[in-house]
Amino acid sequence: MPKLTVNGIEVEVEDGATVLHACEEAGVEIPRFCYHDRLSIAGNCRMCLVDMERAPKPVASCAMPAGDGMVVRTDTDRVTKAREGVMEFLLINHPLDCPICDQGGECDLQDQAMGYGFDSSRYEENKRAVEDKHMGPLISTTMTRCIHCTRCVRFATEVAGVPELGAIGRGESMEITTYLEKSLASELSANVIDLCPVGALTSKPYAFTARPWELNKTESIDVMDAVGSNIRVDARGAQALRVLPRLHEDINEEWISDKTRYAIDGLRRQRLDKPYIRGRDGNLAPASWDDALGMVATRLKKAKPAAMAAITGDQCDVESMFALKRLFDKLGSGNVDCRQDGAAVGGVRAGYLFNSTIAGIDDADALLIIGSNPRIEAAVLNARIRRNWLATRLPVGVVGPQMDLTYDAENLGEDPAILASIMSGKAKFAGKLKKAKRPMIIIGMGALARSDGAAILGMAHQIADTYGVVAGDWNGFNVLHTAAARVGGLDLGLTPGRGGLDVAGMYKAAEGGKLDVVWLHAADEIDAERLKNAFVIYQGHHGDRGAHVADVILPGAAYTEKDGIYVNTEGRVQYAGRATFPPGEAREDWTIIRALAGRMGINLGFDSLGELREELYETVPHFADQDAIRPARWAKFGGRGKINSASVTTALDGFYMTCAVSRASETMGQCLMAMQADRAQADSAQDAAE
Amino acid sequence: MLKDTDRIFTNLYGWMDPGLAGAKKRGDWQNTAKLLQLGHDGIVEQIKASGLRGRGGAGFPTGLKWSFMPKEVGARPHYLVVNADESEPGTCKDRDIIRHEPHKLLEGCVVAGFAMRAHAAYIYIRGEFVNEARRLQAAIDEAYDAGLLGDNAAKSGWKFDIYLHRGAGAYICGEETALIESLEGKKGQPRLKPPFPAGAGLYGCPTTVNNVESIAVTPTILRRGADWFSGLGKENNTGTKLFCISGHVNRPCNVEEEMGIPLRELIEKHAGGVRGGWDNLLAVIPGGSSTPLMPQAVCNTMTMDFDALKEAGTGLGTAGVIVMDKSTDIVKAIARLSYFYKHESCGQCTPCREGTGWMWRMMERLVRGDAEIHEIETLEQVTRQVEGHTICALGDAAAWPIQGLIKHFRPEIERRINAHRTAVAVEAAE
Repeated sequence: MPKLTVNGIEVEVEDGATVLHACEEAGVEIPRFCYHDRLSIAGNCRMCLVDMERAPKPVASCAMPAGDGMVVRTDTDRVTKAREGVMEFLLINHPLDCPICDQGGECDLQDQAMGYGFDSSRYEENKRAVEDKHMGPLISTTMTRCIHCTRCVRFATEVAGVPELGAIGRGESMEITTYLEKSLASELSANVIDLCPVGALTSKPYAFTARPWELNKTESIDVMDAVGSNIRVDARGAQALRVLPRLHEDINEEWISDKTRYAIDGLRRQRLDKPYIRGRDGNLAPASWDDALGMVATRLKKAKPAAMAAITGDQCDVESMFALKRLFDKLGSGNVDCRQDGAAVGGVRAGYLFNSTIAGIDDADALLIIGSNPRIEAAVLNARIRRNWLATRLPVGVVGPQMDLTYDAENLGEDPAILASIMSGKAKFAGKLKKAKRPMIIIGMGALARSDGAAILGMAHQIADTYGVVAGDWNGFNVLHTAAARVGGLDLGLTPGRGGLDVAGMYKAAEGGKLDVVWLHAADEIDAERLKNAFVIYQGHHGDRGAHVADVILPGAAYTEKDGIYVNTEGRVQYAGRATFPPGEAREDWTIIRALAGRMGINLGFDSLGELREELYETVPHFADQDAIRPARWAKFGGRGKINSASVTTALDGFYMTCAVSRASETMGQCLMAMQADRAQADSAQDAAE
Repeated sequence: MLKDTDRIFTNLYGWMDPGLAGAKKRGDWQNTAKLLQLGHDGIVEQIKASGLRGRGGAGFPTGLKWSFMPKEVGARPHYLVVNADESEPGTCKDRDIIRHEPHKLLEGCVVAGFAMRAHAAYIYIRGEFVNEARRLQAAIDEAYDAGLLGDNAAKSGWKFDIYLHRGAGAYICGEETALIESLEGKKGQPRLKPPFPAGAGLYGCPTTVNNVESIAVTPTILRRGADWFSGLGKENNTGTKLFCISGHVNRPCNVEEEMGIPLRELIEKHAGGVRGGWDNLLAVIPGGSSTPLMPQAVCNTMTMDFDALKEAGTGLGTAGVIVMDKSTDIVKAIARLSYFYKHESCGQCTPCREGTGWMWRMMERLVRGDAEIHEIETLEQVTRQVEGHTICALGDAAAWPIQGLIKHFRPEIERRINAHRTAVAVEAAE
């Protein structure tokens, strides 16, 4: 551990640290543009120059390894002069159009110009103008503002794993470009907007919408996938305007996926903002809360417990699922299910968690992926796998269709029979698992949401036992969910009770006329048509698949509009805050259930969110531990039945439109169209070449 | 003046056969195996003792540079890279070595490669050197056929291969780390140092990058002894050096001379003197376009070696002597150099990318006199803001010529500004 002196302060830093780290350790702030903790070192902006004893010239602190006995000064005239010089160079060709630049107020160049800039310019020549580049529907470019730090290029090649961003030209003609004027084919592309220290890359959907100081910032949790990315929702008045990542080292670091960032414009469209009742004419008509709740209460009172059922959706908060479960308990019905896709998960907690934790991916030394495409199901998590692969050439095997994961992966085929041959050691990949000290299995909903899902889960368990996937303090058995609400629901026990119906059972019962009432709690990823025979109550926020078949609609709140608890695929309990209010007459979901219970004369045991949470903690204690994971005990789970020969698929067909919110999002629609257009163009180019 | 018997490049002018047979007649490839018997470190010691300083411009002691290579070959092989990307304006010495003495270079590769425990050398040749690349490749083929390269190079028992790689015409690829990047197939941009190439160079392996001339002289030094070489020239500036004399002289030429030769003697003996006589001399750029110019008063007594030129505020550089007589528009000449550096900046780091363009544009205005007097100060400050703050030395190379101009020809710049101002005033009055 080298010891250095920075401005007379002695500091000790870790091996491999740079002088810049040492300065930070000493509490000295070093200005920088190109340097970024999570990207490779470029050393090109020259803003971080410091003086070092025995160095004839100022050195770039970001690139200089810290050495024992170095004496560094950051407060000399020479350092100030050097930085002022660099700042002047950066500004001579910068347009200084801050009043019309979206980066204004959160711009590194603006901030650092306060420290190192002059009040006037000595540059008498014409400024350089650079043509803007097309980077797709998410990224707006004003390339004249670019200071060539190459953060975006390094992000694209290193983290996102797409080589489509680069710098062409030389000297002052150097330009950042996508070469072929295509959108970036990455699910993480918009992170370059956050990385850009100036206003060269800004958010296209958010362009000229608001200034940062006008926004109310709320810490929240993303529900577009089961990763539980930490986000900040910026709202002005009644509207959530943008989503930005929040730092969480063990989950999303500082990245979020494009869907997480941009699906929120879907919160302004297709919203259910008042209660509806389906009239005699078969059309839904607006109604009062009083009428709607009255009708639901009557129907529920009339129905026998065995003839009522509830399905909870993929983005529900734990509180409302808890309230609904309690209501059905009080009604005496065990027909509840939180697995819209019918996945064979539930029961033993180790059998449905990402046990190694997301951060555990960094330690894995072999990875078997079964029925999952982490790139589209959990883009941020996939970037972590890529990082491990970049550093260690992690061997990855995939059971499922061919896919581009941004890293090399051996496709073992779609035939589930390969699992048995991995198990027996016959498959070649088995050798890699055997050699590994910390092998990892990621099993996705593509393998579990099928009729023989339990058998596949059981087989995966056996593979885990055979290859030491669970050993000592290492548990590399991981279920990758696609639904943000799934683990919370399973932790609550939102699976059919004794003799209760699961989703498939509910379909059958409804078709057979044996189900009178179905409560869809924001459940849209189902075959809603099959429930038509029953009286369908839809509680949710979007007029999507579930609402189409509803007889009564109870308008609820979307994830940015309520305080809620979410449990991610690792089993990490996270609290999201409310950024805005639900639109119109829509209400926070637990209050709707509470109001209905009141109508029916049922006491749920709580009258406020605080009381609800107390009840919740008493029932499932670990929900009280914010940002914590309660490790699951390894036990027996899964079935032993026959695995049929149907191909193993993945859970999602595409990335952009996967839920009611993202389906309503115009931006996601544009992304989808841009991607299809780029593909078509590439295909026709290939055809022409052939 | 250097005696003919002390010349290393005896076929510098191509009057004899550049091929293997001719080279052997001139002493190349004779007992190469015996030279290698000095051992890896023995050769390095000899080169150190000879006082040879790098001929590519910076003048770093060659033996010392070789000694930075690891003493043991670990998991990663060692490489010798020869920088034949000679692009410095005013310099054309490596070109003639490759044209007429290619075997000196190849034998040098074997000797130097052996000294640094490398089994392979990459010669990175400037893209514009089309015929030279052909000539060099032919020499390499000849040497392979004669068993001088390959598994048992020159019967020394040492396996040695030489690969020729052609550049694509970028000046910056002459910077050693940019050259390595380019050789690896990447965009030619200088790397951050540390790590230095001797630790992690080509493909991350220990690498030494040397100039063509530095490598080509080593076999002769070993044959004739370090004492012979260090006996020539001046202390700390030993041996012979190729000088490239161009510009306003009667007979521009390349010539091998002793280090420390007086500039006036060099020009008058070898290049036929300054056009119109020594008194017609305006200034000399002594070491390729990046070194600051010297006015006639300084030239009168200047000797051509690293230390004397450094003391005079300039440098020996590549010893590309550019002579300018009194007909020269000195401001325009330097402005042209500024354009060159602006054009060749790689664009990676801020001061060079932005500064070279700014400096060039100001120089262009100074050529016309279309500026204010205080802008001379601004320009001087801009050169200081670039110098020493960049990743590689291109920023320095762009700054120095302008600094030299302002130091020695400030009155001329001011005269133009005043003349321009008067002309504008007169025009306005009319």
